[in-house]
Amino acid sequence: MTASALAILIVTAGLAPVLCRVSRRFGSLVVAAVPLGLGLWFASAAGDALTGTGIVQTWAWLPDLGLNLAFKVDGLSLTFALLICFIGAGVLLYTTSYLADHPRLGYFMSVLTGFMAAMLGLVLADNVILLFVFWELTSITSFLLIGFDYERERARWAATQALLTTGLGGLSLLAGLLLLGIAGGSWTISGLDTQRVLESDLYVAIAVLVMLGSFTKSAIFPFHYWLPNAMEAPSPVSALLHSATMVKAGVYLLARLHPTLGGVPMWDNTLALLGGVTMVAGAYLALRQHQLKKILAYSTVSSLGTLVMFIGLDAAKAAATYLLAHAMFKGCLFLVAGTLTKMSGQKDPEKLGGLMARSPILGIASLLAALSMAGMFPLIGFVSKEVMLKAGIAHPEYSVAATAGITVSAVLTVTAAVIVGVRPFLLRPSTGTDVQWKAAPGWRQLTLPVILAIGGVVAGLAPAAFAKPLITGMVNAIDPAGVPHEIKLDWLKLLYPPTLATYLSLGALALGTVIFLGRSTYRTLTAPADALNAVGPARGYDGALAGITTLASIQTRIVQNGSLQIYVRVMLLTVATLVGLALSRSLDFSAMLELARTVTTFEIMLLLALTAATLSSILQKTALATIACLSGVGFTIAMLFALYGAPDLAMTQFAVETLMLIIFVFVIFHLPKYRDLSRRAFRLLDFGLAGIFGFTIALFVAAVLATGGPPSIADFHAANSLSGGYGRNVVNVILVDFRAIDTLGEIFVIGVAGIGVYTMLRLRAGPAAQASEPSIDSSEPSVGEGTP
Amino acid sequence: MNSVIFRSSTIVLLPFMLVLSIVVLLRGHNEPGGGFVGGLLAASGFALHAMAFGHVSARKTLRIDPRVLIGLGLIIATISGLPAAFMGKAYLKGLWVELNAPGFPDPLKVGTPLAFDIGVYLLVLGAAFLMIVTLEEYRHDANTGS
Repeated sequence: MTASALAILIVTAGLAPVLCRVSRRFGSLVVAAVPLGLGLWFASAAGDALTGTGIVQTWAWLPDLGLNLAFKVDGLSLTFALLICFIGAGVLLYTTSYLADHPRLGYFMSVLTGFMAAMLGLVLADNVILLFVFWELTSITSFLLIGFDYERERARWAATQALLTTGLGGLSLLAGLLLLGIAGGSWTISGLDTQRVLESDLYVAIAVLVMLGSFTKSAIFPFHYWLPNAMEAPSPVSALLHSATMVKAGVYLLARLHPTLGGVPMWDNTLALLGGVTMVAGAYLALRQHQLKKILAYSTVSSLGTLVMFIGLDAAKAAATYLLAHAMFKGCLFLVAGTLTKMSGQKDPEKLGGLMARSPILGIASLLAALSMAGMFPLIGFVSKEVMLKAGIAHPEYSVAATAGITVSAVLTVTAAVIVGVRPFLLRPSTGTDVQWKAAPGWRQLTLPVILAIGGVVAGLAPAAFAKPLITGMVNAIDPAGVPHEIKLDWLKLLYPPTLATYLSLGALALGTVIFLGRSTYRTLTAPADALNAVGPARGYDGALAGITTLASIQTRIVQNGSLQIYVRVMLLTVATLVGLALSRSLDFSAMLELARTVTTFEIMLLLALTAATLSSILQKTALATIACLSGVGFTIAMLFALYGAPDLAMTQFAVETLMLIIFVFVIFHLPKYRDLSRRAFRLLDFGLAGIFGFTIALFVAAVLATGGPPSIADFHAANSLSGGYGRNVVNVILVDFRAIDTLGEIFVIGVAGIGVYTMLRLRAGPAAQASEPSIDSSEPSVGEGTP
Repeated sequence: MNSVIFRSSTIVLLPFMLVLSIVVLLRGHNEPGGGFVGGLLAASGFALHAMAFGHVSARKTLRIDPRVLIGLGLIIATISGLPAAFMGKAYLKGLWVELNAPGFPDPLKVGTPLAFDIGVYLLVLGAAFLMIVTLEEYRHDANTGS
């Protein structure tokens, strides 16, 4: 079921452009229907997934490396799978209307579906390597989606920032997961030995690396800066990736590994502290924004911080409840914001107003979602805020700090919710004039926001419908130690009899509304704090990027200075030094002299010819003569091959020399006559260097021959060539069978070299040469056009 | 080159060199030879032709764009290893069948390494040809000042 669901999504992603080309209206609907079906499939399997240890499925991939396609569906992954499938289906449906006239609708649907496959794989994967692969795939698809409007520089910049930040985290996550696998003795998360991990020397490294990966992905302070910038993406992307699913991947991973890595002060305190800071800072920064999506983005940062904090505080129930509530209300609000901006062309909520009359359905959905976000009873947002406050108050160590932090962020969240979700519909626009409004949004744009808004109501009023089983399942997965948890989510019992949590919750509602009413005063009061932006982590990102570029250019200037002479000198000297050092340890001249006595007259003659050809090549005054001499060297070497019983090599050498000669002849017509450009001292230096190099290599070869060495691999090849490779020519059998992959790589290089020559000369020749590129069916007479 | 002797002999030599290159390619598994040398031989033949009659004529004689040959050769070589991989053996391990062709005393052995070698042959021919012809075109363009 798990693998087939993934396969179906991947195939759908591949087919999406085709379907959208066949029919923009209906093809795109088919794409949107696929995740809906998968969501229903997962829902039907909920019974199995939520009981016991869940559904585990494994297929062999690279079993020798411990790499298997291991999937696991338990409460946590099931909840994520349902969110991905259902919100994903709704977002795809929304997209078919939102980008209806966009020329790249099919591409967008394809990448979005591909993202859903990656995200689904991430939450279902039990194997850590598999999880990492899907993790990186979500980063890449996110990059493509943020940069969807790649013609805008701002979008490209934001996409790169998100990719680099999450990519950095991805690398450290890979290291962390590998260490975790080593320490825990298993490559599957469910097979990790918690005791061994906790006692391992690697624990600190694992914890830091995993946290780094999760924090970058989930935009936790100090890596929160990329998420608001990612709002350059179209609204459907913001709703699906940057609020409901992808940014929660970090939260998911922390929750998933909390049973293994948690319970240690370092882990718990870091999560609680950084999560708490992000929660308050995000809520504060949200109110400093003036654009719908930016406000929602910072509020999402705050929510992600909240979730991480509760994982650190060991309050699985609070985290699970808020996760579900947040996915619903934030997904809805992002889509509403997208529709508002698209229909009115206005990004600032203060300039919107009175829209309830224009689109009552959208307005009611938006109001319900905003009220849920603010924490109004009887919606799920109220329940989750109560549960969170209770968890904060009940915490044994950080009761006061946690409660204060939750309350402050709750107050600011109320204000943000009213600004974004209520103001555009119920109040007058600040400009005083009526808002431009293109057309009422169609059913495709309304379906998901309405369903999410109703979901928030149902989850609050009747938790047993879906909220309670899912939250219970998540809690059992995050905190498996205890007995199966009994979760109470009845909103009436949370409201009455009132407790401290109730008073704080209602107080936050009231205070948040007051801040909303006096928001201009509030903004003026908090303005001076914007000076902090100058030293914020976003500056750190810019600085690091500039530093890397500078470092790269300095290093390139040193290592790749463009002088071929220096390159050759460095290469020769390096090889000569290394070989010479190795030789100096074991040099046996007597064995070499013994070898020298076996040299025949014929060999000496060939060597004399070789030396003569080489010497004359450096004495020539024209390039053509030099090349002829060099060819003489090559042909002599080919004769040596033939002499030593390597006809294949000799043949190839002859053919290569011939071709090289022809190619050189074509090239040298361009070269000027030799001139003395280098100083005499340098030429003497080069002469000495070449002499040292040649002498060292000769000594090396002699030493190798004199030593004899271990039994050669040639014997194996000779013995197996006919029986195993069906060929009497051992060289050829090695090339096409025993070592065929090497050959494949080599011919690939040859092909690239050919295309490289073609590309460089064509590009240099400029457009004129391209225009005159001869075609095969050209009918002009070719005879008579030869070279002079 | 405007030598009549060179041109006339090239007309005769090219077909022979091509046939020879294929012989070398086919016999490579048991005697000295193979796809690499075969490809080089064929390319040398075309290089001769390019010297005698110019690059336009050489391209026309080859008929196929050398860039296509490079891709084709790489594809054939890559695919030739797949059957072994699908049969659970190492990728690119040679698989052989014996065909009883009428008129031949011995059964004819045909295997995936032959396909691999043909791929090598095509790629080497394409790459070498492309280099020679591109250089010749570049020289020609530079000389005519276009």
